[in-house]
This record gives sequence, C-alpha cells and structure tokens, in this order.
Amino acid sequence: MKAIIGEKLGMTQVFDDENRAIPVTVVKAGPVRVTQIKRPETDGYGAIQIAFKELAASKATRPQAGHFAKAGVAPHRHVVEVRVDDPDAYELGQEINVADVLTEGGKADVTGISKGKGFAGVMKRHGFKGQGASHGAHKIHRAPGSIGACATPARVFKGKRLPGRMGGERTTILNLDVVKVDAERNLVMLKGAVPGPKGAVVVIREAVKSHG
Amino acid sequence: MNAIDEIEAAYLRDDVPEFAPGDTVRVDVRVIEGGRERIQSFEGVVIAKNGGGIRETFTVRKLSFGVGVERIFPLHAPIIDKIEVLRRGDVRRAKLYYLRDRVGKAARIKERRD
Repeated sequence: MKAIIGEKLGMTQVFDDENRAIPVTVVKAGPVRVTQIKRPETDGYGAIQIAFKELAASKATRPQAGHFAKAGVAPHRHVVEVRVDDPDAYELGQEINVADVLTEGGKADVTGISKGKGFAGVMKRHGFKGQGASHGAHKIHRAPGSIGACATPARVFKGKRLPGRMGGERTTILNLDVVKVDAERNLVMLKGAVPGPKGAVVVIREAVKSHG
Repeated sequence: MNAIDEIEAAYLRDDVPEFAPGDTVRVDVRVIEGGRERIQSFEGVVIAKNGGGIRETFTVRKLSFGVGVERIFPLHAPIIDKIEVLRRGDVRRAKLYYLRDRVGKAARIKERRD
C-alpha cells in the first residue's frame, strides 16, 4: 500500500476535456520522509513510518528528537504508519513525493478527521425524517418520536440512535478520482470532498477497493 | 497568491468582455453533434450574474416563440466560443427577475448612454 500525508487547502472547480465543471479538493501532499521501517522478522509485520511537515529543531521534544535522529531526518510534525508488503524496498530517510504514490486518472482513498458538528439532533445526525410541520404538531418538528415500548422491555435498547456529538471523528472516503497531480508544487486535485476543514491533515493512499 | 488561486488562474479566461445585468448579449456556444462541432448562438438579456472567480455564472433570458427561455452559463466555461455585447441596458438593480412577469412593451430596458 502506498500512502502520503497532506494538508487540505480547500475546494474549487476545474473544467475537464469535455468542458464539464469538476468539483475538486486541492491537497498539498508531501513530500514525506521515511522515519522508521518495521520488518516481519523484528516487528511481526511490515510497515513504514512516514513523517510530514518539518518542525523547528527547538520545538521538538527530547523523545521526538531522538526518534528522528535515529532515522537521520529533521523532526516533523505529523507521523503516520503505513502497512507495506516489502519494507526492504524502502530506506530510512527516503523522500516520498506525490507522484510516487498517485497517478492522474487513478483512484485514491482519503482519511482524515471530519469537521465537528457539536451536539446534533437525530435529523442531522442519523437522517431521521422528523415530524410534520403542521396538523397540530407542537414543538416536536425535529424530535425523534418514540424510542421504544413501555413496561416491556422497560429500558431503551443499546445502540438506539439518539442525539449526541457528531463529526470530529476519523473518516475515510473511498475511491476518489485523482484529477491532477502537480509534482512540481506537491499538489494533488481529488474529485469531490475530503474530510476536515481547510488546513486539516489527511492521509491519501492508493485506492484499496477499486476494482476496475 | 495561494495555490488555489493559482490553479483557478490557469482556467480563467481573459477574453470575456465586460457586461452587466440589463445588457443584451449574444453567446456563441460550441456544440458537438455526432463528432462534428458547430457554433450555436443564444441571444438575450443578461438578468443576473452570480458567484465570483472561476465559479462566476450569468443568466441570459430570451423569448423563443413566445416562451421565455433562460440559460445559465459559467462565465469561464471553455464551451463558450465568444460573448458579444450588443446593447447596454440602464437598470437599477442587479437581479432582473421582474422581467419574468413582464412581456412586450413592459419588458423593455432603457439603453444606457454614457
């Protein structure tokens, strides 16, 4: 699996060959450095650890500084582990760029932290229909309705969809079209939305469930 | 200039004439029919402009066989071959939706002279 870390810059639109307007998210992806290699012999599985966005040496904690020094790279802000089949194909300190991971016309998966929506009701959070706007409905337009029976079972079932905190959780969007890869400026354009606000850190990987 | 502005700048057209709601324009649209390309004109009054940057659009209204037809064009769409301003209109608001309720003499727009 090939992956890279990026920063969401925002959305815009571009025109394709057939003059259609395509909504795209622009992500500044990489370059990332390999900071640790895990091998089946020593760690039980194969993976590489990649780091994104350099951090001033004075801002790194002692443990951070030590970890990055071992790999021979400057401290970075964000660190992510990626499973790979052949960890020996990578070397410590190696730089990985967007063009190494994504190709134009291909598909990508994007993982990030979604925007927090606060304490949300059932209509927004679970897509309930709500209740009537009229016909005598009084102050219950967006209420969930009944949440269960009475004396039997005399409790609310676990997992019952109710209001609560929404968003702000790890979300993965599968199979986004890669519209454009700009290797020079380390930019990638993905069709559609990706999780999180502008400035959010996202992990982009080759699509794992794309079958033709 | 941030990265998004730079990307948009590559798609912005610089051959778009200046026009405003109330103006009469002719929009030449490239139409592809069975592998052959031809130009189709749409002539009418600009009744609204919306959005900004690469997302800017404008609405053109015309009467076709007594039926009002409105078409919304993205200002920077490559599908547009040419925009020609035929007549400048003198209007007092930015959205001329009131024209939809008017026909004939009442739907006239004063010409701007400056």
